[in-house]
Amino acid sequence: MGFPVKIPIGKWIDLMVIWLTDNFTAAFDLISKVVGFILLKIDFFFNWIPWPIFICAIVVIAWLISGRKVAIFSAISLFLLGCLGLWAEGMSTLALVTTAVFISVIFGLPAGIFAAKNERFNAFLRPLLDGMQTIPSFVYLIPAIMFFGIGNVPGTMATVIFSLPPMVRLTTLGIQQVDAEVVEAGHAFGSTPWQLLVKIQLPLALPSIMAGVNQTVMMALSMVVVAAMIGAGGLGYKILYSIQRVDLAVGIEAGLGILFIAMVLDRILQGITKREQKAILRQ
Amino acid sequence: MNQKSSTKIRCVDLWKVFGSNPERVVDQWATFDQNITKTELLDKTGCVVGVRDASLNIAEGEIFVLMGLSGSGKSTLLRCVNRLYEPTYGKVFIDDQEVTSLSFQELRNLRSKKTGMVFQHFALLPHRRVIENVGYGLEIQGVGKAKRESKAMESLELVGLKGWEKSYPHELSGGMQQRVGLARALATDPEILLMDEAFSALDPLIRRQMQDEFINLIKVVKKTIVFVTHDLQEAMRLANRIAVMKFGAIQQIAAPSEIVLHPKTDYVAEFVQDLPKVKFVTAKDIMETPDKWMVKPEYSITEMTNKMDQEGIWYAFLVDKNQNIKGVVDYRMLTNGNGDKNLKAEKLISEFPNERSDTFLEKLVSLAAKSTIPIAVTDKQNRINGVISRERLLDTLST
Repeated sequence: MGFPVKIPIGKWIDLMVIWLTDNFTAAFDLISKVVGFILLKIDFFFNWIPWPIFICAIVVIAWLISGRKVAIFSAISLFLLGCLGLWAEGMSTLALVTTAVFISVIFGLPAGIFAAKNERFNAFLRPLLDGMQTIPSFVYLIPAIMFFGIGNVPGTMATVIFSLPPMVRLTTLGIQQVDAEVVEAGHAFGSTPWQLLVKIQLPLALPSIMAGVNQTVMMALSMVVVAAMIGAGGLGYKILYSIQRVDLAVGIEAGLGILFIAMVLDRILQGITKREQKAILRQ
Repeated sequence: MNQKSSTKIRCVDLWKVFGSNPERVVDQWATFDQNITKTELLDKTGCVVGVRDASLNIAEGEIFVLMGLSGSGKSTLLRCVNRLYEPTYGKVFIDDQEVTSLSFQELRNLRSKKTGMVFQHFALLPHRRVIENVGYGLEIQGVGKAKRESKAMESLELVGLKGWEKSYPHELSGGMQQRVGLARALATDPEILLMDEAFSALDPLIRRQMQDEFINLIKVVKKTIVFVTHDLQEAMRLANRIAVMKFGAIQQIAAPSEIVLHPKTDYVAEFVQDLPKVKFVTAKDIMETPDKWMVKPEYSITEMTNKMDQEGIWYAFLVDKNQNIKGVVDYRMLTNGNGDKNLKAEKLISEFPNERSDTFLEKLVSLAAKSTIPIAVTDKQNRINGVISRERLLDTLST
């Protein structure tokens, strides 16, 4: 037996997207230009630095933040990435991830803060974030192409959509978890809402926020292959190429490359999170 | 304490009800069963009463203790004073300024300049060093770093934490952390200190020590203090006056000894019944007016014995026109005389128990055990203020 009504929601959204592309071309062009510019600069920078300097810089950062073990691990991983002949692709992927994470933080942090302070906004945001994480990413590749064309920019935007939710969620969680008595103390000494946020809530939510950044990075890395389907370059493109050619060798190498980058980033970011936690939770 | 000093904090018909549509509970309270329990009220209205129709005046320089069991509304009432909780009904005044009608900007100003607050679990900022914690209130006001730190150091010195300014809170013991909390509240030099169970999270020995230090400290810094506690002993030690609260309502406001001697409601009586009276009742609370016990130097012996017969007393104090006690006369010695008309110096007993009005019952009892002569209560100029007889002491102890 058939259902009495058929809701053509797909058609409506299709129409809406077409309407948006027709009427907001200038806006999308602007976004496209800004994101494209950031991406290009970061990509250029990473590929311009000679690899020994880049590795040294990462090693120093890793050592300062997470200690000797992580520093050595990072050096080996990055060196192997180069030895696989994937340095340029790796740097392009890193640039895409960096850009996507940067955008996610820029939007995710304020959204998370606002959601922590406003229950209504939080209630509105939650299903939206659920959708962003669970609807298969292929689905929003189509509007991404319609809005931004083909290339690195729509790839980055699709990555942002997928990697934004943990940033928002963990920021909200972090702020809500700040000890109520400490917040009360902030009020009792006459803090303005801004002072309360900057001097008390954000510093105390930092471990959670950093965990959010870490998650966002991991999410972004997991999107690189999908992004490559609409024209993003780098390691993702290598893997896509290997699938199309059924070339296992290329696929495995590129997959290892992503793994190396992911592990290095994860260990360093975890180091920051742990350090912040130590500073705050030792009580 | 000082009854003449002006009122610093005034609460008028204050209510705080938590829940949706709380005003309704205030409006309809008269129609409810007055013995309604918390759960019944919650089922009926969906609201919880924090403070119920509380009115009180706190004098400048007074240590006012809000006491009650957990859930009695004492902390809620405290938070209504600086509007950390918005009162549902009623008004709060500080120095005749109506706190309850201030704008947020004015309120922030009041909080940062006039009131300081100390919290049960210290509420320090774990990511900041001790000195940055203490300077927080000043930082909020926009005071420059140098001035902020010098003020914070002064404050730390007051609470005995000099040398710890570079430490982090977690490196300090509980007692020391609360000293930081206290120093933070003092750093802005507020006129009012709001202390929410400030010593309750400390272990008993440290708590006692902090109380002693706090008593000494406030002699130096002179603040009006509202102190919330569930610990009756603590209340008795610190308070000039105590407000006993139950289910949001104030049961009695009185001096510690008054609460022990004359509890106004059964609840208060039950609360204080286990207290050792001898530790909290002072001479002032139980002394009789001296008139009955006084004879004048110009009296003849007959006049003296007549008066003592009349009053039914064995001893009387010889008091001059300046109200100074010259000595004690003993009825038996007077009547056992050799017909002298006037009192001879050798019949005047010059040693007799003599105490100030703030002496505790404990000491009075031990004095009375050593001497049959009633205890004279005198002021600094040695003028007689009152007399405490052994009968009076026994009477006090037995009720």
